[in-house]
Amino acid sequence: MRRLDHAEAASRFIANEKHEAFHDARLWDLRKKRDRVTHAIPEWEELRQLASDIKEHTLTHLADYLEEFERKALENGVEVHWARDAEEHNQIVYDILSARNTKTLVKSKSMLTEECDMRPFLERRGVEVIETDLGERIQQLDDEPPSHIVVPAVHKLRGDVSAVFARTLGSEAGNEDVNYLAETQRQTTRPYFLSADAGMTGANFAVAETGGFVVCTNEGNADLCASLPKLHIASIGIEKLIPKVEHLGVFIRLLSRSALGSPITQYTSHFRAPRDGAELHVVLVDHGRSGRLGMQDFWYSLKCIRCGACMNTCPVYRRSGGLSYGATYSGPIGVIIDPTFDIRKYSNLPFASTLNGSCTSVCPVKINIHEQIYKWRRIIAERNQLPFVKKATMKAAGKLFGNPTLYRAALSAAGSALEDLPRFAIYNWFNAWGRQREVPQPPPQTFRQWYIENRGQR
Amino acid sequence: MRVGLFIPCYVDAFFPEVGIATLQILERAGIDVVYPLDQTCCGQPMANSGCQAESAPVEKLFVKNFKEFDYIVAPSGSCTHHVRAHFDAIEQTSEVKKVRASIFELVEFLHDVIKLNDFPWAEFPHKVGLHNSCASLRDLRIAVASEINEPPFSKPLNLLKKIKGIEFAAPDRPDECCGFGGTFSVFEEPVSAKMGYDKVNDHTRAGAEYIVSADMSCLMHQKGCAERLGLPIKFIHIAQILNGARE
Repeated sequence: MRRLDHAEAASRFIANEKHEAFHDARLWDLRKKRDRVTHAIPEWEELRQLASDIKEHTLTHLADYLEEFERKALENGVEVHWARDAEEHNQIVYDILSARNTKTLVKSKSMLTEECDMRPFLERRGVEVIETDLGERIQQLDDEPPSHIVVPAVHKLRGDVSAVFARTLGSEAGNEDVNYLAETQRQTTRPYFLSADAGMTGANFAVAETGGFVVCTNEGNADLCASLPKLHIASIGIEKLIPKVEHLGVFIRLLSRSALGSPITQYTSHFRAPRDGAELHVVLVDHGRSGRLGMQDFWYSLKCIRCGACMNTCPVYRRSGGLSYGATYSGPIGVIIDPTFDIRKYSNLPFASTLNGSCTSVCPVKINIHEQIYKWRRIIAERNQLPFVKKATMKAAGKLFGNPTLYRAALSAAGSALEDLPRFAIYNWFNAWGRQREVPQPPPQTFRQWYIENRGQR
Repeated sequence: MRVGLFIPCYVDAFFPEVGIATLQILERAGIDVVYPLDQTCCGQPMANSGCQAESAPVEKLFVKNFKEFDYIVAPSGSCTHHVRAHFDAIEQTSEVKKVRASIFELVEFLHDVIKLNDFPWAEFPHKVGLHNSCASLRDLRIAVASEINEPPFSKPLNLLKKIKGIEFAAPDRPDECCGFGGTFSVFEEPVSAKMGYDKVNDHTRAGAEYIVSADMSCLMHQKGCAERLGLPIKFIHIAQILNGARE
């Protein structure tokens, strides 16, 4: 698989000035709202620690809690399926649908189904899949993946949405009124809710002691997906487990405050058993999660509750857009998850970070994101996945800085060229630095020379 | 108390005045401070690129230079954090552990160790915007980042508030990373430059004449951005102000 070039994709994003400025401002606004609402809770930092501890406990007893969940869910009349990977997940879903001769599936937003590439799988087999979350629907109609896990179309301006809707839904061209656009989506999606044979949701939390699960949304579309058709399928990653209902009190307080700066989502819906005359299926999906659980430095990433706070605060994400990461998960959390799927393809992502650590500070479950990014860089170097220029530059730099005589000789030539570095490294470095920045001018004397002159050889 | 002065490679090469101010302020405080002449770099560029093997000889050299001292002081939060938290390309002998435990960033050292809180020789009649590097802020915790719900404090601000005539600008995003990020500045040049532009524009809008920081690497990047944009804003290391620089 070809190595993804984040820097190149980011430069295209930045070149579109209006979009970049809006994207940055919109997400920074979410970060500010998050700060405001979390600072109003005196025990906020304790809550984060508690959530982190609950997740840590659950992940270290995951097999037990999964079995408990399954047992309870079966008792409740839910059908439970286990999927080892994306392919198994998609096949299970298709088998459920085709056994009931289902042709239309309405679904709410689910990053897991994005991860599994489920939509094209089902569409190739004759099932029409309708995304019903507004942002997700915009992205589906524009044939683009979501660029953010909470606000999927945040990289689009209202004019972009207007153009997409005019092209695909027949709305009035040039009408950029947000109410008109939202209403257009609403009216064109509604008939699908009423006619669909099956609905699909994800889950934010699955509770082992009850066998139930919770879906947190703001638009109400997940509830329509779950409540109108006779068949409800919920795809749930195995890391979504929490032991007890009482733990929801911790996570629900953290989730929407971290995500959007609102105290709670508009809808927090609990599902436990099928409605009368309807079916409820749960697909528990691994798709790399148990492998990640076995990775010493990286299993912590499974604590993630998908709030997107790390993306909103990330200065790199805000200026490069989610699509520049070329993966389902973008931003800081994507940087530490994506390489577990394909280390070569995503080997540049851990370098798309300044290691500023703001992601770690906002993470509601205290994932040490920036420390994991740092560790991924080592793994990538160890597995020989560094680009040639970077590797060669670092080899030369290590030689230079490891030897005081070479270092001083190089400095004495500063301003012309650092002779011990390969020429391509020098040019690469100075060209990149100087493209949009002035290069610092070397002074007549280094600090060391001044020190010897003024303090002597102590 | 014998203090070894670590001057980061880019300060040695491009900003000797910052090294001089650091040395002089420690001397003013009556500290016995020595600059070991065979020092080069902390190894961060290699280690942050994932290249452990390449940082090993640099770490060895660093330990050799600084193992004798009671404290190591560096005018850089990012180098200090690197030595303290990530210096593990070599065997962790007692010497290595001692070096890692004895390094302090300048502000930490002045504020926490020798508790210097009077700068009668200094006066800086200018409006400054304070820029804390991310390593100083979120790793060394010399201040509380705005996204963290803890009682606010800021060691650099505590020191700067003692300076006669100084005023502070209030940028919109005081804790936003400026986009330097070491090798990030080169390998992710488009994002790095954009972040730098946004940073210097933010401080300019807030009316800062100077951006002051305990990390010259951030300032080197921001200065390059401001000069390219043609902004008149100036840059100064906190050691220079504390040591009595007037402009």
